[in-house]
Amino acid sequence: MNERQWQSTDVEVNRSDGTKNSETFTPAPAKDQFQEELVIRPLHSGDIYASFQFRTLWDTDFLQEGQKKVSHYRLFPKSLGQVLSKFSVQELHISFTQGFWRTMQWGQPFIPSPPGAELWVWFHHTVSDVDGNWKELTNVLSGIFCASLNFIDMTNTVQPSASFKPLGLGNATDHRFLRYATLPREIVCTENLTPWKKLLPCGSKAGLAVLMKSEKLFHSSFHSQAVHIRPICQDEQCTSKAWELRQTLNVVFDHYTSGQGKKEWSLFKMFSRTLTEACPLASSSKVYVDITDNPELFELSPATPLLSQAVVLGDRRTYSVYDLTRAETFGQLRSFNLLLRWKGDNMLRPLLHAERYVAGFGLQTGEIHTVIYNNHPYRAFPVLLMDSVPWYLQLYIHTLTVTSKSRDNKPSYIHYQPAKDRHRPHLLEMLIQLPPHSMTEVTVQFERALLKWTEYTPDPNHGFYVGSSVISALVPSMVAMSTNFTQDQPLFSSFVPVKEESSYFVRVYTEPLLVNLPTPDFSMPYNVICLTCTVVAVGYGSFYNLLTRTFQVDEPSPPLAKRLANFIRRIRGVPLLA
Amino acid sequence: MDYYNLMRIFAFIHLLVSIPHGYSNYVETKAGQFFSSGHTNNWAVLVCTSRFWFNYRHVANTLSVYRSVKRLGIPDSHIVLMLADDMACNYRNPKPATVFSHKNMELNVYGDDVEVDYRGYEVTVENFLRVLTGRLPPSTPRSKRLLSDDRSNILIYLTGHGGNGFLKFQDSEEISNMELADAFEQMWQKRRYNELLFIIDTCQGASMYERFYSPNLMALASSQVGEDSLSHQPDLAIGVHLMDKYTFYLLEFLEEVHPASQANMNDLFKVCPQSQCVSTPGHRTDLFQRDPGSVLITDFFGSVRKVEITKDTINLTSPVEPPIQRSGSGDIQIESLTYVDQLPVAEIIHQKPKQKDWHPPDGFILGLWTLILLVFFQTYGIKHLKHIF
Repeated sequence: MNERQWQSTDVEVNRSDGTKNSETFTPAPAKDQFQEELVIRPLHSGDIYASFQFRTLWDTDFLQEGQKKVSHYRLFPKSLGQVLSKFSVQELHISFTQGFWRTMQWGQPFIPSPPGAELWVWFHHTVSDVDGNWKELTNVLSGIFCASLNFIDMTNTVQPSASFKPLGLGNATDHRFLRYATLPREIVCTENLTPWKKLLPCGSKAGLAVLMKSEKLFHSSFHSQAVHIRPICQDEQCTSKAWELRQTLNVVFDHYTSGQGKKEWSLFKMFSRTLTEACPLASSSKVYVDITDNPELFELSPATPLLSQAVVLGDRRTYSVYDLTRAETFGQLRSFNLLLRWKGDNMLRPLLHAERYVAGFGLQTGEIHTVIYNNHPYRAFPVLLMDSVPWYLQLYIHTLTVTSKSRDNKPSYIHYQPAKDRHRPHLLEMLIQLPPHSMTEVTVQFERALLKWTEYTPDPNHGFYVGSSVISALVPSMVAMSTNFTQDQPLFSSFVPVKEESSYFVRVYTEPLLVNLPTPDFSMPYNVICLTCTVVAVGYGSFYNLLTRTFQVDEPSPPLAKRLANFIRRIRGVPLLA
Repeated sequence: MDYYNLMRIFAFIHLLVSIPHGYSNYVETKAGQFFSSGHTNNWAVLVCTSRFWFNYRHVANTLSVYRSVKRLGIPDSHIVLMLADDMACNYRNPKPATVFSHKNMELNVYGDDVEVDYRGYEVTVENFLRVLTGRLPPSTPRSKRLLSDDRSNILIYLTGHGGNGFLKFQDSEEISNMELADAFEQMWQKRRYNELLFIIDTCQGASMYERFYSPNLMALASSQVGEDSLSHQPDLAIGVHLMDKYTFYLLEFLEEVHPASQANMNDLFKVCPQSQCVSTPGHRTDLFQRDPGSVLITDFFGSVRKVEITKDTINLTSPVEPPIQRSGSGDIQIESLTYVDQLPVAEIIHQKPKQKDWHPPDGFILGLWTLILLVFFQTYGIKHLKHIF
């Protein structure tokens, strides 16, 4: 058997500059770059909040007509690139969340998200059939992320008129091109994490993504993974666009369930792995630890001389920075593990938080209460409340009341689109001015509809979900924010573009609601059919037999001995037996 | 003596000639076996039809077959996995993101690399039949389609609660054995499979394959008509039964199989005899063309690729870089782009309400007005119109 050898093919690279021919083979300048970072923020209750952000920047234009289609993908995942160009998507934001973010105990998240799945998309202004594109886009995304996003249809899609302005570049803000939908029932599990990890350039093999082990990530109080795609400024002058893909994963570990009751955290305890190397394709790979409350609250080891200050969520925080692209971060053991130990307790009062619940009793009527708290001592600020209620809860808008400090508070803008049965949900958007240090309550009464028996889910007694309300607000900031956009800003502070220095934009999601609809007894038709058929069979059948049948007496056949005796008697000619 | 020597020489020459001939015979029979099955790709459709936490074992059944099938080579793109409920991230699961098949949490069949194609409410009889017959709406993504052809061997595994002639889907609907047989006939007529192996683990499972009538089908069931399939062992920490007996022993059998294994279908029929399973597993091979003894397990559970070795060398050309267009800097005046204000309060307050498009009146309104006009003309007559107007 002779050895088969691979023959290498040597290619002569023509490096001469174009005197004779204009094609040069110099390698193209890198048009895409990848950054990864992990921010660890210890929370006052002893829990710990870890936020991963992976950003791929690519300066190309998917939507430009006349240029040939993009076909060479390097760091940007091809599946998403093809989706963007096929459906002419300007911005796409999709998130999958398990658990509810407790603003009162944990503060504000870097990237907020509601429980379940949320998808909102801005389409390009050249799209003619937005609804058709939306329907196909949800189906394609359900295949990419292994989620049942194909349940998004006209009955749970809304078109907000003032909320959800584009987070990226854009001048046309015609809300006809915006679609928003949420699936509060959607479950997040390893099958959603697996395709999400496969979109990263290094996968889950190198860099920060090695920490993402599903057994630890899902054993947490809050888990949220999201993909945000938008066009951003390429540089300071903002003359050209670049596409930004951010994949974020936020997780909050509970010190009771994951921490075994001890207020002490390390990377190994949180993720059951330590870091060994940065992703080779990343231009920057950093770990930030929020040490603003150090040393009164907790102590951190290994210490690092690198510190950075960033203004995020209206507050100036100090961070210890660990740069994974430098080999000395990993030390002698070639593995990097952080250790945080708690020392004291402290209370936190966020400036804005909200909650929502259903009041009332019985299965006919109810009342939705949304309570918004403004904890700023002297400043009032406006919030935009957006509610999307499914059609089977029929809202009575004449009972809508907005009260602050037990006085009526008239919203300066109301947009209400009533629902159409089985067609469209309710959409209610209001711009409310919150007085300082107050509680504002929005109440509206509703009536529950009776669904057709085929429209019930296989487990109707679980209840039906109503998606979270979205509260978008410009909260006054205690520290001046910088409006300059630089490339070296850490990712967690550069998600929302800052337009003015004195306030920051924040989005707060309330709890989803679970309401019971009047549910019929599904075994009832079967029981009724059995009973009716039995009654009909016994009653009518006997009656029919009595009327239509004639009765005649039938002689039983004589036994064998008698038959034989009769036979012999017949031969003898003697009269037969009876 | 000469004759004896001549005989020896003849025998030696005969031996020399026959060894290569015998060797080529051996190669030919091996090659014959290698190409005998006639399939070029493998697909698997694995369905769990039960909902609710106490049906944990059905999800574990399906995931253990998924694990074996993936281990033996079928890629995720060729597996359609349908799970009717989520057990791994269920709030009742004391170990999230895991589904165990053996007690004391020995083997996590959920793993780290699972892709579920249909989950939750999507697992319905309609979707299952559409996947089998290929009649899906055009916007269905590829991962949710069964893109098999006439050279595909398909493995179909169903588990859940069943009865004599039906299988229950999610506590609200059923599929009958006649519907299943008709679906397979549709697949045969559309040339969607080469050979099909159907395994079902439910109570009275043998009733589901009684009505099959399409060729090239082999079926296995965990119990006969009138018998119940039993569950295997509970785990006291998780609190539910982890697996069904038949699939548990099937998993143990499949763990021994590797891609080059020569185990055949007769070994599969012997899995879980009545002494272990309490119910009597059944099988049906009359519609199958080949002898089950010559059908390898990896024909259905694995994805053994046939590789042709070539000795030619192929030159790869270098990739052609498109000429880089460097735009002239500073010549064209490009306006700088800006970000949009996230909450433009003044703009929102002064936003004009959208002009609603005028629609012609709806059918109901039209009908109502027609009725009113008819009654009016009936009562008053046309000739009075000039007095009224």
